[in-house]
Amino acid sequence: MSHHPIDQEMWETLAEEPEFRTLTSQRRRFVIPATIFFIVYYLTLPVSIAIAPQFMSRQWGALSIAYWFALSQFAMAWLLMAAYVIRARKFDLAAAKLRHREMHEVRG
Amino acid sequence: MHEPSLVMFAVFVAITLIVTVWASGSTTTRKGFYTAHRRIGGIQNGWAITGDYLSAASFLGITGLIAFYGFDGFMYSVGWLVAYLAVLFLVAEPLRNAGKYTMADLISFRLRGRTVRALAGVSTLAITLFYMIAQMVGSGLIVSWLIPQVPEWLAIGVVGMLMVIYVSFGGMLATTWVQIIKAGLLLITAAILTVLVLSRFGFSLTHFLHAASAVPTSTGVTNLLAPGLYFKGTQGAWNMISLGLALVLGTAGLPHILMRFFTVPSAKAARTSVAWAMVLVGVFYLATSFIGLGAATLVGQQHIGQRMYAGQAIGYIAKHSSEAQALNSQLAHNGFIVPILNNNLAAPLLAGELGGSLLSSFVAAVAFAAIIAVVAGLAITASSAFAHDIWFNLVRDGEGDEREHLFIARATAVVVGVLAVVLSIALRSYNVAFLVGLAFAVAASANVPVILLALSWRRFSRGGAIAGMLCGLGVSLAAILTSPIVLGAHAIFPLENPGIVSIPAGFLGAFAGSLIWPDAEAEALFDRLRVRAATGLGAEV
Repeated sequence: MSHHPIDQEMWETLAEEPEFRTLTSQRRRFVIPATIFFIVYYLTLPVSIAIAPQFMSRQWGALSIAYWFALSQFAMAWLLMAAYVIRARKFDLAAAKLRHREMHEVRG
Repeated sequence: MHEPSLVMFAVFVAITLIVTVWASGSTTTRKGFYTAHRRIGGIQNGWAITGDYLSAASFLGITGLIAFYGFDGFMYSVGWLVAYLAVLFLVAEPLRNAGKYTMADLISFRLRGRTVRALAGVSTLAITLFYMIAQMVGSGLIVSWLIPQVPEWLAIGVVGMLMVIYVSFGGMLATTWVQIIKAGLLLITAAILTVLVLSRFGFSLTHFLHAASAVPTSTGVTNLLAPGLYFKGTQGAWNMISLGLALVLGTAGLPHILMRFFTVPSAKAARTSVAWAMVLVGVFYLATSFIGLGAATLVGQQHIGQRMYAGQAIGYIAKHSSEAQALNSQLAHNGFIVPILNNNLAAPLLAGELGGSLLSSFVAAVAFAAIIAVVAGLAITASSAFAHDIWFNLVRDGEGDEREHLFIARATAVVVGVLAVVLSIALRSYNVAFLVGLAFAVAASANVPVILLALSWRRFSRGGAIAGMLCGLGVSLAAILTSPIVLGAHAIFPLENPGIVSIPAGFLGAFAGSLIWPDAEAEALFDRLRVRAATGLGAEV
């Protein structure tokens, strides 16, 4: 922490840089809606069982509607994970660029 | 059936001890001991997270719950997988970039001061000890059930001893490999059982599900594939929602899972490891459906016995008052042990049905290995929290050389091991299942609000962190100790899991504390944490 060459002012300058602001806002634009979505999607399962137990117990094909919904949570989790992993490559590039530039400026 | 089981278990122990000897060379520095020099690859770490996470509760507990309650048991599987999205989106990468050895490092990055670090360290120690006792008591039960000649205290002692050996000699590197081996064994077991179950139905999913839906259930109203067998009525619904919240947020605050992100070289590797863990854990949890429903159809619920202890029985009676009479007479007949109701043994019994005694021995040995890998992960977490947070930062104020701190870390592993063994043996005839719920509730209510606000809210202050952790911890403890699990029919707090109350309490405490006690230093350090967490600039290498 303290042994790092970058001091307080430089952290603040960095935080104000347009590249950094773009990085964090892009990340936030993915992470916040995705988090809200998965929590709501997940809680919809127990809540809908509580509100409409009859409907959720109804057979649909070989399984109950509740069971299909539960299985869809697996698909949801894997799809959101894949989407994030793909999107995060862009964040990695932006972060690497900032890191690289900062290291050079400090040394130079 | 127990001799092959012992042989297979001995093979597991032999291999893991060889790994420990090999790894012991890497534990000459703190960085080596706590983080395996941050050289674990992303994919390896994904396997290790899987091994750290899939406890005996997941393997034996969930399959047993599904065998008896069908869909309602599967709800646990869903929650435990979805929980990883919170880990992936919110904590894995920032933690890797901003932390060093422990969760407390991240929190005290901008919330400097002894109280914050002490509280974060104590919460880590409490969570790991609760979790460890629950696991070890479980191991005693399983082993003495599968191999009646081995008394519970011996099984608990063996788990404790092995865990101390892996951790104190082999550090994080040995622990990681024990977890990877265990995850591989567990997934192979789940795959074998799934394929064998399906083979009994001519590999036809329709036939399999049809047979499962024809299994007679306790209520007779609904079948195993529909909800309502475990979580009954309005109370059940609230229980399910509260449990779901605690599972989903709690995982992101479990210190032994968070600790794994310090072992990888970069934030990118941390992300890769969560992605792999989500695939592996998800496949395993899908298989729990086949194993649980397979046990219900092929073994038959009436053959799946379980020993129930007084505390569990009282909790059960409180929930199922119609069966109280029968249960009470069974209690009186058999002392504390009630041989009714499934639970833990569905998986080994199914294995016996499908593959004879050899397969059931294998499954039993894997279950025991699973417990050991989980407690080893917990022990190294407890050891780092004490040695790094309490000893190095608080007692010694950052002084002292590498040798001293390594000695303390190893000694803590031994002390934690002995303490856990003694407590587990002392508590073995009580119901300790609530300790897992308590660990998740404390993680979700005391740790998660503070971690998230430290990373995202400029005005978050030391006072806020202290108030948040105390509120989350206090409300979780109070609610669990007055819940039906502990007090049975006389419960004051109606739900089994406090999440729905204690998580908001943790956040409210953190908000209120920050507004009452503002903190200029924490505000000034916010940018440093933010930049470092997002870019990895200045991250530990």
